[in-house]
Amino acid sequence: MGWLVRTGHLFLFFAVLGNGGVTLLSYILRRLLSAIPTLFVIITIAFFLIRLAPGGPFDLERPLEAKVMENLNRIYKLDRPLIEQFWLYLSSVLHGDFGPSFYLRDFSVAELFARGLPVSMTLGGLALSLAVLVGGTLGAIAALRQNSGIDYLVTGLGALGLTIPNFVVAPVFQIVFGLALAWLPIAGWNNGSPPNLVLPVLVLALPQIAVVSRMTRAAMIENLRSNHIRTLRSLGLPSLTIIKHALRGAALPVVSYLGPAAAALLTGSVVVETIFGLPGVGRYFVEGALNRDYTLVMGTVVVVAVFVLIFNLVVDILYAIIDPRIRYD
Amino acid sequence: MAEPVLAVRNLHVRFRTGDGILHAVKGIDIDVNAGETVAIVGESGSGKSQTMMSVMGLLASNGWAEGSVKYRGDELVGLSPDKLNRYRGSKLTMIFQEPMTSLDPLYKIGDQLALPLTTHGGLSKAKARERAIELLELVRIPDPARRIDSYPHEMSGGQRQRVMIAMALANSPDVLIADEPTTALDVTVQAKILELLADLQKRLGMSIVFITHDLGIVRRFADRTYVMKRGEVVESGKTADIFATPKHPYTQMLIDAEPTGRKEPAPANAPMVLEAKDVQVVFGLKKGFLGKTGHVLRAVDGVSLSVRAGETVGVVGESGSGKSTLGRAILRLQTASGMVRFEDRNLMPLDRAGMRPLRRHLQLVFQDPFGSLSPRMTSGEIVTEGLLVHEPSISRKERDRRAAQAFEEVRLDPAWRNRFPHEFSGGQRQRIAIARAMILHPKLVVLDEPTSALDRSVQKEIVELLRDLQKAHGLAYVFISHDLAVVRALSDEIMVMKSGKVVERGTAEQIFERPKEDYTRDLIAAAFLTQRDNAEAKGQSLAS
Amino acid sequence: MAEGAVFPAETLKDPVVGRSLWVEARGRLVRNKAALTSIIVLGFVALACIFGPLVTGHPFDKVYPDYVKVPASLESYPKPDQIEPNIERIGSRVRAKAENITINGDNVHMTLVGQRPIDERLLAYFERSDLFGAAKVVERADEGKRLVVDVPMKRKYFFFGTDTNGRDLLTRTMKAGQVSLAIGLLATFVAIVIGVIYGATSGYLGGRADLVMMRAVDVLYSLPFIFFVIMLVVFFGRNFVLMFIAVGAVEWLDMARIVRGQTLSIKRQEYVQAAEALGVETKGIIRRHVIPNTLGPVVVYMTLLVPKVILLESFLSFLGLGVQEPNTSLGVLISEGAKNIQGATWMLLYPSITLVTILFCLNFIGDGLRDALDPKDR
Repeated sequence: MGWLVRTGHLFLFFAVLGNGGVTLLSYILRRLLSAIPTLFVIITIAFFLIRLAPGGPFDLERPLEAKVMENLNRIYKLDRPLIEQFWLYLSSVLHGDFGPSFYLRDFSVAELFARGLPVSMTLGGLALSLAVLVGGTLGAIAALRQNSGIDYLVTGLGALGLTIPNFVVAPVFQIVFGLALAWLPIAGWNNGSPPNLVLPVLVLALPQIAVVSRMTRAAMIENLRSNHIRTLRSLGLPSLTIIKHALRGAALPVVSYLGPAAAALLTGSVVVETIFGLPGVGRYFVEGALNRDYTLVMGTVVVVAVFVLIFNLVVDILYAIIDPRIRYD
Repeated sequence: MAEPVLAVRNLHVRFRTGDGILHAVKGIDIDVNAGETVAIVGESGSGKSQTMMSVMGLLASNGWAEGSVKYRGDELVGLSPDKLNRYRGSKLTMIFQEPMTSLDPLYKIGDQLALPLTTHGGLSKAKARERAIELLELVRIPDPARRIDSYPHEMSGGQRQRVMIAMALANSPDVLIADEPTTALDVTVQAKILELLADLQKRLGMSIVFITHDLGIVRRFADRTYVMKRGEVVESGKTADIFATPKHPYTQMLIDAEPTGRKEPAPANAPMVLEAKDVQVVFGLKKGFLGKTGHVLRAVDGVSLSVRAGETVGVVGESGSGKSTLGRAILRLQTASGMVRFEDRNLMPLDRAGMRPLRRHLQLVFQDPFGSLSPRMTSGEIVTEGLLVHEPSISRKERDRRAAQAFEEVRLDPAWRNRFPHEFSGGQRQRIAIARAMILHPKLVVLDEPTSALDRSVQKEIVELLRDLQKAHGLAYVFISHDLAVVRALSDEIMVMKSGKVVERGTAEQIFERPKEDYTRDLIAAAFLTQRDNAEAKGQSLAS
Repeated sequence: MAEGAVFPAETLKDPVVGRSLWVEARGRLVRNKAALTSIIVLGFVALACIFGPLVTGHPFDKVYPDYVKVPASLESYPKPDQIEPNIERIGSRVRAKAENITINGDNVHMTLVGQRPIDERLLAYFERSDLFGAAKVVERADEGKRLVVDVPMKRKYFFFGTDTNGRDLLTRTMKAGQVSLAIGLLATFVAIVIGVIYGATSGYLGGRADLVMMRAVDVLYSLPFIFFVIMLVVFFGRNFVLMFIAVGAVEWLDMARIVRGQTLSIKRQEYVQAAEALGVETKGIIRRHVIPNTLGPVVVYMTLLVPKVILLESFLSFLGLGVQEPNTSLGVLISEGAKNIQGATWMLLYPSITLVTILFCLNFIGDGLRDALDPKDR
């Protein structure tokens, strides 16, 4: 998804060229404004796609009576023409109302997210921080000791982290740390008590650690070979200074990877939430789509898209902070 | 004479590569005495840069040095980076060929300048900043108090090289190693940087090791010279002696490699091949959201030129002067306004398809012999690609024969026509590019810096080849170059361009002997600063 | 360098054969130990997956009710300690008690003692079990109340054990590997075709068309990817071929980006300008210059996309949206294994090892190819 980011730069670049004194704030505002059409297109595609899918929210295994069905459809306005439903949905979303969930009928979609999103964001946020810290450190060490044992270890573990699916890692961790060693609870949220968080966060973080360490390593190696690092060496500067400079340069590609990755992590993972029995929002999507819970699916799409757009903006801002060649003032 | 500051003895540099071990420097000895300027001269691949990289401990990770390098008696070879850092940046410093990338783009130049000062000089941050401003002043950056907070991308290549020099001089080193410090710069900037280095040496008294391929610079600046070829020093001694009586044939060859000779003028009644009037090329620098055009760049601004058969028009200018764009515009490869006439046809109304049959008469040779050949085609296929378009009826066998013929014409072994571009040297690749143009028997060839990426000795051969081809086929050339020596050797008429406009035009003789414009004079002075009489040689050169 | 020597215009010599960049890349790839090992291992795994099910002696969907969830073992089944309980079980069906059970080689010798004369037709129960062959009566005594019977054992090997239905896991893993690899290749192929065409068009046209086409990709990126896939499953039902054509149709976004960028940079190359100066038509430029030079990154991306798709398939299988029984895929096996991790670790272990091996190899090959095709990058 890096290219999203890159287009962002292009716009930024134009912004700089265009009006000399565009401030950060007006830049952010403009970016948010330009996200509105994107969001609209996304909502439109998602809305009609799920409506076109065969089946409906009330097609249970035992068919409902025709009268009941009719009533339900009327209550949820499913009997109106599709285009009218679309406008109705759009206007209620504009008012911040995502409608009632069709499947989990006691809740509104907003309520579901209000309960689930903090859980998913806690897990995702912790996993992301862990990935940046551990992955970044490992990648930097591997780059500094290129072709050494440590380097091979890091790249090997990185490949392993990328290739072992999380639904394999999760049960193995449960067995090892939950049952065999009995160090940590096997599953459950327990109001987010730290021991309950350890395993899910680890499982979420492992593949990200792998990616971040890989990217950091590659970017560091490229940076360490660059001419400006050679200049620092020729000036006899201590390794610490050189590492600091190389790290800042290496941060650029990693940051642009982390934007979309953060959006994905913070909006929950079906696998981890299912296996560890956590009340996050990751499961809503799959459950919603399978049960034709139109409002829930739409709500998820909107939330995920908003996260993606916000984090792309965050990446662009970070980029401009790290790299002075991209500036708005 | 006192003990040398820097003494290199029996130095070997080797690299581990995919194809085995590359022996880049083969046991050389070099001495640098206090306060003198030593030149190490050689063509690409001679190992001249790697010698000094190994002195500074900057070899790539697959390379290593053996032998001895002594700085005032202290051995440097084999030192750990930490121990080496006692010398690097304070006693020994280096500036590099690539001013555009040698500074960290993410930090202000003031912060970068302060690094060697705080690290080696033990200065406080505030003191370092003061000293940095002084240093910028020393290297003649205007308004240093303000420029110190600039980022590298806000400076020109020449300014960046000045900042590099300032960093290198921050701790008053004993030895400054300059690795082709001006090669990537425009000629007028080159002259200023060289002048600055000479002046700084006079004021600060350090030794300079000058690594260069440019004999002109050597002749003008170096006290002593080492000539390197394939990892060995083939000749060394006082610069004046080497130029006066070169002993090694390679040195002789290098000295002779300056393009010489003049073109014979085309017959007066030669037919007009191409005529262009008032050519304009405009680039919109940006397009706003609603397509409104903001700033506009006039890359070529009302230029006229005409070439007759057998004639060469030289187009001279620094980077960004619009000379390459002009070349592409007259071939209709670049949208332009104005009038371009080929023989008796107006080219401007023609579209792509309409131009196609005429393309065989109008050919182009590029600067970069590595970029202008499709890397996945054989050289034979590359040379004959034009035949596919313009003589589609001929058989594969006939095409192959024509390829072999074209190879011979540019003096390449026809047996190599199934080789791929990366298997040839730079000069050979440029020959392939020329063959690709010649196979169609064009009437006009636009030569866009065809020799700029090549070593001097190869340049000379290419210039001779071009001259011979022109004579044999009565070709009209438009020769675009920033290299006045080459232009002089090839051109009948010369146009000097600056910012899209022609500032002066005339015959080659007029331009070089009696330039009217200051800009032309600057260009010539800068380019030939090195070439004034041999007799004048060294001695007072650095003092001047 | 001996350049520019003049050669007599003799009859044509046979030209020297050049080493193309492809040949050199192959050389570098072969020198890369990790990549070479990966190619060999992956080749072996692929061959095993394709031909293995023919030689294991177990059809992939054959159920052995007597061998439910037996552990992986290099020794043959039945195990000695399984024989007696099974004979007792069969004996009770035959309404007799087995005595003096002796095992010699592949034969079990026993005496069946019944309250009443034993119905010899019931001995067919032996053959019906998964452990034994047809029983042969050697001796009858006590008016048929006592039968001495020789029963041959059916030697079976379950190197990876069996699953919860008693199917041979080795065969199923191979079958699953087949399916997973096929899915990976199929989806990748679709993604490459769409991505290359879209990206090359966008890059070559440039300007406004490029802007619009890439803006569309931009929007698609913001859509939750899994949403697409689930919608596709909903549309196409569980037809896995269709589904993975659809997955390919979703996965092309990256490819389109890569090819577009590559095309844009090739378009600026001097050799393309040189071809334009020769009057070569757009078609010829794309065929001779653009496509051969974009191929490298495409090949690299392809090797890295295959494992991505395989992982995606296993993810869908984990959600219960993947391949349907009795067909199977590595994802299906792994999610079953994960459910049975307690007490039947082999069910998770072997499919996981297979999956990880395949993915590992593909990743190393991809990295190796990248280094080989772009040596300055290593």
